[in-house]
Amino acid sequence: MYKATVNVTLRKSILDPQGKAAQNALKNLGLNEVNQVRIGKLIELDIDADNKEEAHKVAETACSKLLANEVMEDFEIEIHEN
Amino acid sequence: MSATFGVIVFPGSNCDHDAYHAMAHVMNAETKFLWHKDTDLSDIDFLLIPGGFSYGDYLRSGAIARFSPIMQSVIEFAEKGGPVLGICNGFQILLEAGLLPGAMLHNKDLRFVCKQTHLRCETSDTLFTRNIEEGRVLQIPVAHGEGNYFTDDDQLKKLQDNDQIVFRYCDSQGNVTDEANFNGSVDNIAGICNTQRNILGMMPHPERAVEQLIGSDDGKHIFESVLNELAVA
Repeated sequence: MYKATVNVTLRKSILDPQGKAAQNALKNLGLNEVNQVRIGKLIELDIDADNKEEAHKVAETACSKLLANEVMEDFEIEIHEN
Repeated sequence: MSATFGVIVFPGSNCDHDAYHAMAHVMNAETKFLWHKDTDLSDIDFLLIPGGFSYGDYLRSGAIARFSPIMQSVIEFAEKGGPVLGICNGFQILLEAGLLPGAMLHNKDLRFVCKQTHLRCETSDTLFTRNIEEGRVLQIPVAHGEGNYFTDDDQLKKLQDNDQIVFRYCDSQGNVTDEANFNGSVDNIAGICNTQRNILGMMPHPERAVEQLIGSDDGKHIFESVLNELAVA
């Protein structure tokens, strides 16, 4: 059993209005050090696979076919052994 | 022989009855509901994918609806040249299904916007706009939170070069301005068609603009175009 942690974020070139709003709120808190906020999704998958590579392949298919829309989003996959 | 319109109903569709009313009662067209589990479209001449929140907009708007059993039939229907109109969530589903290029971001100010808008018809060269001269302004309402149309520069150029931009947000005089672009869409895009020109996706709701009583009947021009086209075919 493997656990895949998938991070889906808006592509860097796209303005993230949620992130922008959060950054403004952080500024109001006095945290002027925060230069940028990007908000995304974290998705966890439990995957039955024989090895790490295979688990990665499954997660990648899941991301490109459903979990992320690559027109506007990037994804990163981390695989952990359960 | 009269054309038959099919209105697809997903769990969470909420403009299906508006669309049915517009087609069946205002346009007097033969209209039937299609459940998302149906797959037989053999007696359908025109498909309408209505607005709403299919599958609760889980993951992304339209992302789950695209895997409904009916969608494979929709893709085959469209590939054979069958006319398909996706409105609002229907547009989002067409994007997720890859039948139209691009994606929808949250509106630029993150608000759900529900109001009357003005659209400029940018091309009469689709079966949906044959009756609408280029540059004509239509008043049609919107109601969406994720209608900020996005595509990269290469794809945008293709849309422009191939005359695939059908509607742009404009002011009441037809000027395509930043102020009129309330949701932040690239190039003020409100609606696009595919290169074969038989699929139209648009965020505004023409089915809610078919009676003067509720503010505008400009949406009828789109449905009249389609009915004329199907009557000739």
